[in-house]
Amino acid sequence: MTATIRNRLLSTLLVLFGVSLIVFLLLQLVPGDPAVTILGSGATAEAVAALRTELGLDRALPIQFFDYLGGLVRGDLGRSLTVNAPVTDIMLPRFANTIILTVAALILCIVVAVPLGVIAAHKQYSIFDRVSMMVSLAGASMPVYWFGLLLIGAFAVTLGWLPTSGMYNPRFPGGFTDLLAHLVLPAIAAALVPLAVIARMTRSVMIDILQQDYIRTLRASGLSTNSVLWRHALRNALPPIVNIIGLQVGYLLGGVVFVEVVFGWPGLGQQLYTSITQRDIPVVQAGVLFIALAFVIINLLADGAVGLLDPRTRRKVGA
Amino acid sequence: MSTLVAGRTFPWVRRSSAGGPVQVDTDTPKPQWRLAVRAFSRDRMAVVSLVVLVIVTLAAVFAPLLTPYSPTAGDPVDRLAGIGTEGHLLGLDGQGRDIWTRLLYGGRNSLMTAVVPVFVVFPLALMIGLFAGYRRSRAGEVLMRILDVLFAFPLVLLAIALSAVLGAGLGNVMLAIGITLIPYMARVAYTAAVSEASKDYIEAARAYGANPLLLMFRELMPNVVVQLLVYSTTLCGLMIVVASGLSFLGVGVIPPTPDWGIMTADGKNVLLEGIYHVATIPGLLILVVSLAFNLVGDGIRDALDPRKQTN
Repeated sequence: MTATIRNRLLSTLLVLFGVSLIVFLLLQLVPGDPAVTILGSGATAEAVAALRTELGLDRALPIQFFDYLGGLVRGDLGRSLTVNAPVTDIMLPRFANTIILTVAALILCIVVAVPLGVIAAHKQYSIFDRVSMMVSLAGASMPVYWFGLLLIGAFAVTLGWLPTSGMYNPRFPGGFTDLLAHLVLPAIAAALVPLAVIARMTRSVMIDILQQDYIRTLRASGLSTNSVLWRHALRNALPPIVNIIGLQVGYLLGGVVFVEVVFGWPGLGQQLYTSITQRDIPVVQAGVLFIALAFVIINLLADGAVGLLDPRTRRKVGA
Repeated sequence: MSTLVAGRTFPWVRRSSAGGPVQVDTDTPKPQWRLAVRAFSRDRMAVVSLVVLVIVTLAAVFAPLLTPYSPTAGDPVDRLAGIGTEGHLLGLDGQGRDIWTRLLYGGRNSLMTAVVPVFVVFPLALMIGLFAGYRRSRAGEVLMRILDVLFAFPLVLLAIALSAVLGAGLGNVMLAIGITLIPYMARVAYTAAVSEASKDYIEAARAYGANPLLLMFRELMPNVVVQLLVYSTTLCGLMIVVASGLSFLGVGVIPPTPDWGIMTADGKNVLLEGIYHVATIPGLLILVVSLAFNLVGDGIRDALDPRKQTN
């Protein structure tokens, strides 16, 4: 078991190294000289050269990368090009806001999708099954940004039940209930696509399991349907479900960018959007890095959870 | 192995000796693709979806014939006129441009930015998958490990990041989406190649002394292509959403060029005033087209599954 964990952590470190390399290389893809971009096209050659030296752009690429990597380890992601502040100071509070939104959406996903899939599998080919799978198929193809707009139109503009955007009421910030009211719509918008995929996955895994012999034996021995379904069958369905949930977090984190822009949620995604329009590349790099980091860590946790849930994987991976 | 070979003619021997159309064995009464087409045509949802896709594509191609208006020039007097306005079936947007016209012309960009990258990356992914998965070439394996790192980035995020650094514009969006797709498509081709390569018919052919390259291209590749094709169709559905999303964020197609994502973003601004049609219509179309691609993909997958071909 410890060997498994060690190997997994080691490969995660390698992935993180690769991630930081790619994020670093993103800057190299930017057309033109960053120094010229900062100073504007009217700058003198001397000024550009001075800035290049100051930013370290005149050094060899590998040296620049290891410098960048060293900064990362120390928590230094450089300075924003538009706001006179370190990137870390800008991004950390926003990262926290993104986590609030993502966790809320994820909870919503799991609480709705798993029971939906289990019931659909139990009542295969029933009206409930057909309708919920049709809806989730449409949900899986949904443009998140559009769905967000529909929610705003329906629940915020027409009905006026919930706020249209932001995280707190700007005039009367009201603590937790205020946050919750602002959180409902964006969380639903962000949750929809992963929810649909997880529900479909849960259904197909459960259908396979419900056909197995031991389920028939359990039923024959007089266990209640609920007990068979929720205690015995679902427990065995959990490893693949947890796996797909881990992977869907990727879609969730990508979709969050759209959701934050649509709902004005002050998280990484919205900052990413603002920085993209301002071509503030260090901030864009940091945003991408944070989200990738979150994705990698969540998948590591999901793998760990699968290991706990399914004893077979422990031996297999350790071998 | 000898039991496997005994009493069977091997298709690759036959095909490699004859250049013309393949003779059909008596024990397989119909070629497989015809069975697949028949199975597909029985899948009502898939057929309807295919028809929808054909109509949308034709409408985009023949846009000038279907509308008298310009997609970029508007009449500010009637701006935001609703659905059913005389002469403007789907109404006008915030700048007084005809929404029906912009949908038609916008379809060109939306479909192109989604579909072109998939089909450009297709052969590349196929080659990576074949050489890494079947030939087990060192370079191919190393490439697969490098591509694995890209999976640490959520797909949408990678597309956003790439088009953000490359800058907006039709070509750059396609480039960004294409790069994003490489690891995903290569992985599918790789997995398909690995699993096909371990099957008995390939092993038998190897034992039989078939030329490895010929074996790879003639026997292995068609099976990998089929799996990659199913995946690509589904990907097109996702990419419609992603490509329009990039335009929605302003890192895709540059306004005033019409695009379904840009149109949705235009509608966002008037939504808060209680005017819904500008955002609702293009978004609905994105959903319908994406769903259609997914259903066609599912239909092709089922149609190619021999267990589902029979009645």
